[in-house]
Amino acid sequence: MPPAALSVHLSIGQAYAWSVFKPPLESALGLSGTQSALPFQLGIVMLGLSAAFGGTLVERKGPRWAMTVALVCFSSGFLLSALGAATEQYWLIVLGYGFVGGIGLGIGYISPVSTLIKWFPDRPGMATGIAIMGFGGGALIASPWSAQMLESFGSDHSGIALAFLVHGLSYAVFMLLGVLLVRVPRTEKPVADGPSVVEGVQVSARNAVRTPQFWCLWVVLCMNVSAGIGILEKAAPMITDFFADTSTPVSVTAAAGFVALLSAANMAGRIGWSSTSDLIGRKNIYRVYLGAGALMYLLIALFGDSSKPLFILCALVILSFYGGGFATIPAYLKDLFGTYQVGAIHGRLLTAWSTAGVLGPLIVNWIADRQEEAGRHGASLYGLSFVIMIGLLVVGFVANELVRPVHPRHHLSAPREAADVRRQQPESA
Amino acid sequence: MSDDSSQSPPDRRPLIAFAWLWVGAPLAYGLYELVRKATQLFTG
Repeated sequence: MPPAALSVHLSIGQAYAWSVFKPPLESALGLSGTQSALPFQLGIVMLGLSAAFGGTLVERKGPRWAMTVALVCFSSGFLLSALGAATEQYWLIVLGYGFVGGIGLGIGYISPVSTLIKWFPDRPGMATGIAIMGFGGGALIASPWSAQMLESFGSDHSGIALAFLVHGLSYAVFMLLGVLLVRVPRTEKPVADGPSVVEGVQVSARNAVRTPQFWCLWVVLCMNVSAGIGILEKAAPMITDFFADTSTPVSVTAAAGFVALLSAANMAGRIGWSSTSDLIGRKNIYRVYLGAGALMYLLIALFGDSSKPLFILCALVILSFYGGGFATIPAYLKDLFGTYQVGAIHGRLLTAWSTAGVLGPLIVNWIADRQEEAGRHGASLYGLSFVIMIGLLVVGFVANELVRPVHPRHHLSAPREAADVRRQQPESA
Repeated sequence: MSDDSSQSPPDRRPLIAFAWLWVGAPLAYGLYELVRKATQLFTG
């Protein structure tokens, strides 16, 4: 099951490497920076929407259906974009990659989550950490691969079209492994020294969004992701600005290395911290993400410009918490709401990601611009942003402290719903 | 003739190895490129 999940997440993680296509698209089709970013932005919006609204359908139809939809949408998105680039119709690229491909991103992202939790009920953090690590790893593969392809095919519109075509076909083949391999464990399958997989608290997705626990976790995820994006968004200019006036300034090449190192920390945090949560508990690990994350931001704000190793170390830890926050949330949801519709609940919670995707960069960019206008430079461009990030993490920390077990009135109790669980779980999709 | 219960389950190890190789090879390529780029922080 983990390779099946990875084949999907490693593919759709390509979304984070969209920036490789931006400069060629801008020169080939005469687009502005804002226009060339639109397919990616629409893709992320569609990811949130399709995960939120398609989650229940994914639970009902099963992971094989979901992975097939993800494969078809994600690959078709590239094929439509290839047609758009070949005919120089920019709107087709937005429609293809952004709208159609974005649906593939959302359905693909949640497709293996509940199945993995059902396969590894005693290690849900590790199980979802493996898959969600794949989403981080997808960009690591796609970024150099796409760049090399554009170098070979050329950066004009026909070269871009050919690159999109190869991407669409390659990802279809790669994701096919997931479709063919994915299996849901049987209900009767006993867990080692544990209860049957349908035992324990079970809450439907419809009931879950009516609980304060869901909204506390929504705030936790939103704050944690906003704080991580705050660094990720401006990593290269940030490290350059921080040490511009010192005896050891950071070159453009070294700044690119810093960004790559952050990607590694993001990916390692997904599997490492998420697996750790199986040992120390979900609430405790989020105390670390949010509490220690705030401390790291404080250290950067106070001493970051006086020590490069300290700045790099703190940024790496923050990014590892960012990745860990993404990967641990499905297991936290499973602890609170059970496995019944955990994928659908996770899908609804991903709207916090969409919100944070706007909130985090907005705060950092807006404040840096205002500080620059005020004549500030270097590390002082980011001081206020860091204070706000600490505030966001504290808000998230408080929200995490407010999480309590779900009230029994939200649990599945009606015989019809219980029958739904029994009917759904053994389905081998 | 043997009944079904006496048959051993098919060996799935080659399939599992193939599946891990399928996802592991591109990931290894991505990690290699990442390490190459990340070292620029200390050399660039």
